[in-house]
Amino acid sequence: MAAEAGKIDPMHQFQIDAVGGGALDGTPFVFTNSALWMLVVLSAIFLFMWGGMKRELVPGRWQAAVESFVEFVSGMTLSSIGSEGRKYTPWIFTIFIFIIFSNFMGMMPLAIIPGLHPFTVTSQFTITGLMAIMSFSIVLIVGFWKHGFHFFTLFLPHGTPAPLMPLIFLVELISFLVRPFSLALRLFVAMIAGHILLEVFGNFIVNGLNSGSALGYGVSLISFVFIVGVNALELLVCAIQAYVFALLASLYINDAVNLH
Amino acid sequence: MPQLNQLMLVYQSQWFWLLLCLAVIYIVVGRGMVPKIEKVVDDRNDRIAADLSQAEKARAAADEAEERARLAEEDARSAALSVTAEAKSSAAKDTEALLAKADAEIGEKVAAAEASLAEARTKALESLESVAAEAARDVVAKVSGVNVSADQAASSVKAVLANG
Repeated sequence: MAAEAGKIDPMHQFQIDAVGGGALDGTPFVFTNSALWMLVVLSAIFLFMWGGMKRELVPGRWQAAVESFVEFVSGMTLSSIGSEGRKYTPWIFTIFIFIIFSNFMGMMPLAIIPGLHPFTVTSQFTITGLMAIMSFSIVLIVGFWKHGFHFFTLFLPHGTPAPLMPLIFLVELISFLVRPFSLALRLFVAMIAGHILLEVFGNFIVNGLNSGSALGYGVSLISFVFIVGVNALELLVCAIQAYVFALLASLYINDAVNLH
Repeated sequence: MPQLNQLMLVYQSQWFWLLLCLAVIYIVVGRGMVPKIEKVVDDRNDRIAADLSQAEKARAAADEAEERARLAEEDARSAALSVTAEAKSSAAKDTEALLAKADAEIGEKVAAAEASLAEARTKALESLESVAAEAARDVVAKVSGVNVSADQAASSVKAVLANG
């Protein structure tokens, strides 16, 4: 807590600092707590995937978990893009596993170790935004590469009456251009909202206990019960948001590949 | 909101580290590990399918073998039945022949016995005639004192016996 005792500052957990106490100077190579957690996420992903590379005929638990993870993502790309989906599985898998591991690593109760503060990488719109822009760039590049200017017919559904064409084109174009923003904001907002909620009610517990009054203890107990439920909900949201991001990215790629 | 306040200070660093991490995940995990794992899963599925079809084939072969065994058993059983029937009928025939032979032998013996009996009877009757003629001569000699010849006595006895 940067503020004095008792004051709730739920936004402090999203603060980015240079590791080692240096100043942020706006250069690309500053090693921040955010970068540190990205590397933590990267290591966790490698550990997880490494456990699934035994390639045994009868998989153990770990291998079965990794295989079902891979099957899930490749099934998603194949069902939403079709037979050409296999080409896009690596990218969809990359964003899916990065988002889900970031979400879960941000939820780990590591703060019980003094001095350690988990950082949720996906609560930064610089991160979600770049991933959305990259996915959207794939849509644009693949769309124009495969279909050329024919790609613009994506904005004109079949059977549009001629007088409505300009209007429909405009509406479809705007909804198309909004996609990267909605993709980025959905994940960012879900993560930031959940973490603010957890921070606020976690502070309620601590402040209620510190108050020493019966009312304070009551508030602590209610907040504790509430936060257990919110934690469970947040774990669900972590998985769902990763799934939604990956699913929408693959559906957008499907538009570019198959043009409706 | 730190995300907005710090935007200009951190975005380059954020993007640099994110691109680094995503590139590493994409190349090593996405392009390296994922296809291998997919291949492992596909190979396993293929193998399971092959094993299943093989098992199906083996079952069909087993069914066929069982059917053949059943047919062979049926054949063997009907052959055995015909053999038994034949044996039974030949045994019956043998018994019949033996019975007929025994019957004939017994009949012969009975006929021989009857013949000897009849002979004995005629012999007995003849001796009875002579005894009766003797007795009649004695009776005549004692009663009347007339000596009757043996022939006369015999013929009279014969006539009496034939009448009586």
